[in-house]
Amino acid sequence: MAAATTAEPIAPASRPLRRKHGGGTRGPERTTGWLFVSPAVALLVLFLAVPVLMALWVSFTDWNGIGTPFRLNVPKAGLRNYTDLFTKDGLTRQDFMTSIRNIFYYTLLVVPLQTSLALSLALLVNGKMLKAKGFFRSAFYFPSVTSSVAITTVFLFVFNGGALNSILAKVGISGPNWLNDSNGVVQNLLGALGIADPANPPSALVNHGFLSLTWWDWIAGPSVAMCAIIALVVWTTAGTFMVIYLAALQDISADIEEASLLDGANPWQRLRYVVLPMLKPTTFLVLTLGLIGSWQVFDQVYLATQGGPDKTTLSPAYLSYTSGFKDHSWGVGSAMAFVLFAIIIIFTLLQRFIMRDRTEAKARSRRRAARRAKVG
Amino acid sequence: MTRSPRTVAATLLAIATLALAAGCGGGSSGAAAPGTSSAAGAPTSAAGSSSAAGGSSAAGGSSAAGGSSAAGGSTAAATGPKASISVLIASSGTAETSAVQAAAKAWNTKTGNTATVTAAQNMDQQLGQAFAANKAPDVFYLDASKLADYASTGALYAYGDKAAGASDFYPTLKDAFTYKGTFYCAPKDFSTLALEINSAMWTKAGLTAADIPTTWDQLTSVATKLKSALPGVTPLVLSTGHDRVDAFLVQAGGNLLDKNGKPTANSAQNVTGLTYAKSLLQKGLLQFNTQVGAGWGGEAFGKGKSAMTIEGNWIAGAMSADYKTVKYQVVPLPAGPAGKGTLAFTNCWGIPASSAHKQQAVDFVNAMTAKDQQLAFAKAFGVMPSIQSAAADYAQQFPAFKVFLDGASYGVGPVKAPKLSAILADYDNQLTKLETLGPKNILSRLQKDLPSSS
Repeated sequence: MAAATTAEPIAPASRPLRRKHGGGTRGPERTTGWLFVSPAVALLVLFLAVPVLMALWVSFTDWNGIGTPFRLNVPKAGLRNYTDLFTKDGLTRQDFMTSIRNIFYYTLLVVPLQTSLALSLALLVNGKMLKAKGFFRSAFYFPSVTSSVAITTVFLFVFNGGALNSILAKVGISGPNWLNDSNGVVQNLLGALGIADPANPPSALVNHGFLSLTWWDWIAGPSVAMCAIIALVVWTTAGTFMVIYLAALQDISADIEEASLLDGANPWQRLRYVVLPMLKPTTFLVLTLGLIGSWQVFDQVYLATQGGPDKTTLSPAYLSYTSGFKDHSWGVGSAMAFVLFAIIIIFTLLQRFIMRDRTEAKARSRRRAARRAKVG
Repeated sequence: MTRSPRTVAATLLAIATLALAAGCGGGSSGAAAPGTSSAAGAPTSAAGSSSAAGGSSAAGGSSAAGGSSAAGGSTAAATGPKASISVLIASSGTAETSAVQAAAKAWNTKTGNTATVTAAQNMDQQLGQAFAANKAPDVFYLDASKLADYASTGALYAYGDKAAGASDFYPTLKDAFTYKGTFYCAPKDFSTLALEINSAMWTKAGLTAADIPTTWDQLTSVATKLKSALPGVTPLVLSTGHDRVDAFLVQAGGNLLDKNGKPTANSAQNVTGLTYAKSLLQKGLLQFNTQVGAGWGGEAFGKGKSAMTIEGNWIAGAMSADYKTVKYQVVPLPAGPAGKGTLAFTNCWGIPASSAHKQQAVDFVNAMTAKDQQLAFAKAFGVMPSIQSAAADYAQQFPAFKVFLDGASYGVGPVKAPKLSAILADYDNQLTKLETLGPKNILSRLQKDLPSSS
């Protein structure tokens, strides 16, 4: 943001300059430029573009995993692997929709929780009065640099080994059978409020459904097991995002804070009207990264629950993996990966649209209108 | 003049990068090369297809690196007249790995071939990647439940009838590795399910040897007695899933597929079997391991959370390692309306159709399935020999396992149809809710999902 506003006034002045000198040197410069980026381009093509195109091809086939899928007589599926995920009532669609539901609730909880936790931690360790800042900064960042395998294993002991429940028992709470409890928290809540009985759900919701899942299943919310995974993930990732926020906070110059102090803003107002607006680009980054990471969750599911209990922790990435390696339906697995990719893109664009700078957008449209008027 | 050194530097950098990339690519195809030189079968596109496997796994979001190392082991002695074969095993632990490695070494010395044994970290994944890259190991463990996946695609070499022990293998095991009338591969060993009873709890509940259940009714009645005598202990704890619960279906005379591979999930016999299991659940006589917070039936049994469990011969190892003090006895599963029934689990020595050393591979398998070798394996890591001629010696050496061994005569192997994994996973999931969903709902849902063609 800051860079964009400072660059703007310089840009018009430098443009004619560059044009004057440009002509002669542009040619060799371009070659040199390409040569300089060629290592990166080669690596990207080899390890990113080519595999993605290969997977895209597999998603249009019924390849069974024997021999190469890049031969002419490989059984073609056309768009069937994609349409089966949405239009054919069967186990594939049901599993896929279950995973979409799970990951939707997962994202809905993880992204706001990890963002707010990261921001709070960053504000804490950015505080001027705090002693031993370095210690706290590394301590909060520590989970992020630890292997997710190690962390998940430790959490397995905490949740399944009874460590958490024995602490809860000391304060008189009998904890659930965490990673084996498939009850949805929304269903539990409805039960507790006396609106609907989870053991005997309302028939209006059970007998009707959408895309292979009943409405009762759709509104289930994350299961208790999924909540355990959510807690794990929030705890792990908050540190990374804290570091990003911390960098942005240290970028806010002291004069702005002083100016707001002179204006008589109290701490809450300073946070709400000065700091948070200045952190907006960072928040966008953190939300986007969080959103993408959430939709792709795999390690924790693979290690802790393998999609269970009752498929409530099944994630699209994990389902895609099992369709390939367990069921030998590589085409279906690849198709799931590409649908997931499309979902992530849509959500990111949506989020960009919601978080766009309204004044800037207005200014841009005004400029566009002016240009159009000039042309006309 | 000022620009040219920069251009030169950039060019050098680019060349270096390309050389590096080529070197990496050359490295992976280099691993395949020794095999290719002596073997006509291996395709030239090995490098390309290996990155294809990497591509699809990247899209799936998994980090599946390092799996391909399994197939690349055979580099030595490729130029000699003797073959070098790679063997990929899904080992149960170091005891098994070293036993198979020792056996392979003995075979190497005897025949002059070179067999390299690798223990897989994740068998499904490594085998899938190896087959995709056309670098399948020459010999590998293949679980009976995966047979149809590989046999239906023509990836397996059907040498079953040519194997040395062809007429000696138990019919149950031969049947487990027969797909559409073809006997594919030699059974390695096997396990069956039996009923384990905690002796101390049995006595405490006032039960004697005469009370050992041989029918469903007797099982219900002893379980009821155990429940009332031992508060806080579940009479019977089962690991969740069809690998245990289906024993009830078999005892009722049913199964998920009939002999021709046609789905019969919702047959009356299967309903009878599941209804019995449901009745035990409802009375609190049976619980699944997840309900009592145990990783599997054996853990619940060893920790004293249950008085009985149904597991295979592998439980012996776990009991002697982790629960030394627990005394228990092993008895055959109680018979259902259709008589005795148990489930048999087995692996075979798979040989891929693409192997360039089929003859040596079969010879290796023959050595591994020979009587003395199987008895040595039994001693090393507690498996049961797959050949009938070893039964007498085995029973003599391991009298405690006689019940499991006897299961071979009435045991039933896993269901055989390709692409069942997701369907069976769904069935397993439904089984955890057996008490609320009811047998008929579960079985008709399964019937709907099972592929209709055989």
